Amino acid sequence: MKAVAEVIEYHGETTIVVPRELLRSAGERCRDHLEFNLLSDATCVDHFPIEPRFELNYHLTSLPKSAKIRLRVRVNGSDPVVDSLISIWPGAGWMEREIFDLMGIRFNGHPDLRRILLPDDWEGHPLRKDYPTQGFRDVPASASYLKKAST
Amino acid sequence: MTTVETATGEAKTMVLNMGPQHPSTHGVLRVLLELDGENIVKAVPDLGYLHTGIEKSCEHLTYSQAITLTDRMDYLNPLGNNLVYCLAVEKLLGLEVPKRAQYIRVMMVELQRISSHLVWLGTHAIDLGAMSVFLYCFREREEILKIFERFAGQRMMTSYIRIGGISVEPPAGWRQMVNGVLKMLPSRIDEYETLLTENRIWMARTKGVGYIKPQEAVAMSMTGPTLRAAGIPYDNRRVFPYSSYEEFEFDVPTRTDSDCFGRYMVRVAEMRESLKIIKQAMGKITDQGPIKAEAPGIVPPQREKMKTEMEALIYHFKIFTEGFSPPPGDAYVTVESPRGELGCYVASDGSPRPLRVHFRSPSFINLQALPNIIQGQLIADVVACIGTIDIVLGDVDR
Repeated sequence: MKAVAEVIEYHGETTIVVPRELLRSAGERCRDHLEFNLLSDATCVDHFPIEPRFELNYHLTSLPKSAKIRLRVRVNGSDPVVDSLISIWPGAGWMEREIFDLMGIRFNGHPDLRRILLPDDWEGHPLRKDYPTQGFRDVPASASYLKKAST
Repeated sequence: MTTVETATGEAKTMVLNMGPQHPSTHGVLRVLLELDGENIVKAVPDLGYLHTGIEKSCEHLTYSQAITLTDRMDYLNPLGNNLVYCLAVEKLLGLEVPKRAQYIRVMMVELQRISSHLVWLGTHAIDLGAMSVFLYCFREREEILKIFERFAGQRMMTSYIRIGGISVEPPAGWRQMVNGVLKMLPSRIDEYETLLTENRIWMARTKGVGYIKPQEAVAMSMTGPTLRAAGIPYDNRRVFPYSSYEEFEFDVPTRTDSDCFGRYMVRVAEMRESLKIIKQAMGKITDQGPIKAEAPGIVPPQREKMKTEMEALIYHFKIFTEGFSPPPGDAYVTVESPRGELGCYVASDGSPRPLRVHFRSPSFINLQALPNIIQGQLIADVVACIGTIDIVLGDVDR
């Protein structure tokens, strides 16, 4: 398997797309060999209905080298699981919890994967594209198929 | 219900619920504390009480409409939020903003930094029992808010920075107003320092309290004054300059003590640095010049042109009904907010509404390290530690 699937240069930002299986080793390499010691942000984009549906972006910053880079992983909607990067950057903990909460991606090896912003008994993941902006309260019964899609 | 597992398993610890309606949690933060006598064994923050789904709502609005939502995240730094969002969209569009607008942006954001630090200093002092500092800080903040009102028509939710520039020309007599604040503040900041810095109670409550190791702060992704107080001079204005910050001369204050006192000293020093930047920006802002980029179809045309030119009228109608469509792609921009690195990630799919808007809010990420900071501390110091991380719950929960 190729370690780097694709390199994208756009607007002066470098994006490295890695296969899902190699995310953790790519992260380790970035931190240990390339000195990207600060995980600035982790976020997720939903490209519904295109597959692979989810795109996880990790924005890394190197304090010694004053550089930025983006690690990207694409994940299918049928199996939204990736490895947690908490062992590399402990700060990933809450970022991953936020993605789990709002996008419904699960992180392998996360010690405390609970909802963080929404109540624990919330149904669905609001930032997914098949979740209506107004929520499900006002969706008429005839459109109940929408509700099925997000669970 | 969030439950705390007892770390020791013995009956001598007790679980105490602090917040969400607790004045010193600066909003609606709930922290579950496991106590052994007066000492913290374990702390679990519980958030989300102010979650309003701003990121989801942004996907429902056009690019220019979403600016009004960014004001409402970090309500002590609305101009900074406007700025980071507009910079991200401008990067997507490849838009160049006129220098004059960039300098006005810098001046406004630095004024905002001072006003935010004043609120922080006042509330932090009141948390630790110094009532009068709070009143003085809010007195000075009022003067800064008056400037915002004159510039933008609003004291807090300004929406002043727009895609491609700023919304309106600075008001008549603005130099006098800003000069008034520049003259007043240095002596007032000295006054706060006289009240606090050498104060024995203040030192006892802050020195050596809430220590975090520099490596740990980086590993926990902490940024802003908290990181600089740990001796790491990471400031986005210096390291990744935006909006012409590379043309300004200023210092990045750092400390090595990495405790509550160090963070206090860093913020006070930052206020003085901001004054320096404002002074330079005022010198660079010319009286005449464009405040908006030349970008028909993206930046709304001038009112006068709309009445004489057909094209301008069409563009105006298109911008406010349909919006504009940046090319597909994504951009991530970081700026230095008063609380740390504020990031904005915008992804476009070529439609007039953003595919995804994500904010890397410094309060949220810095708060993550709270359990590490307060472990083993006394319960009274929890208040000091929450205060010095300087969280704004609107920014934490978004």
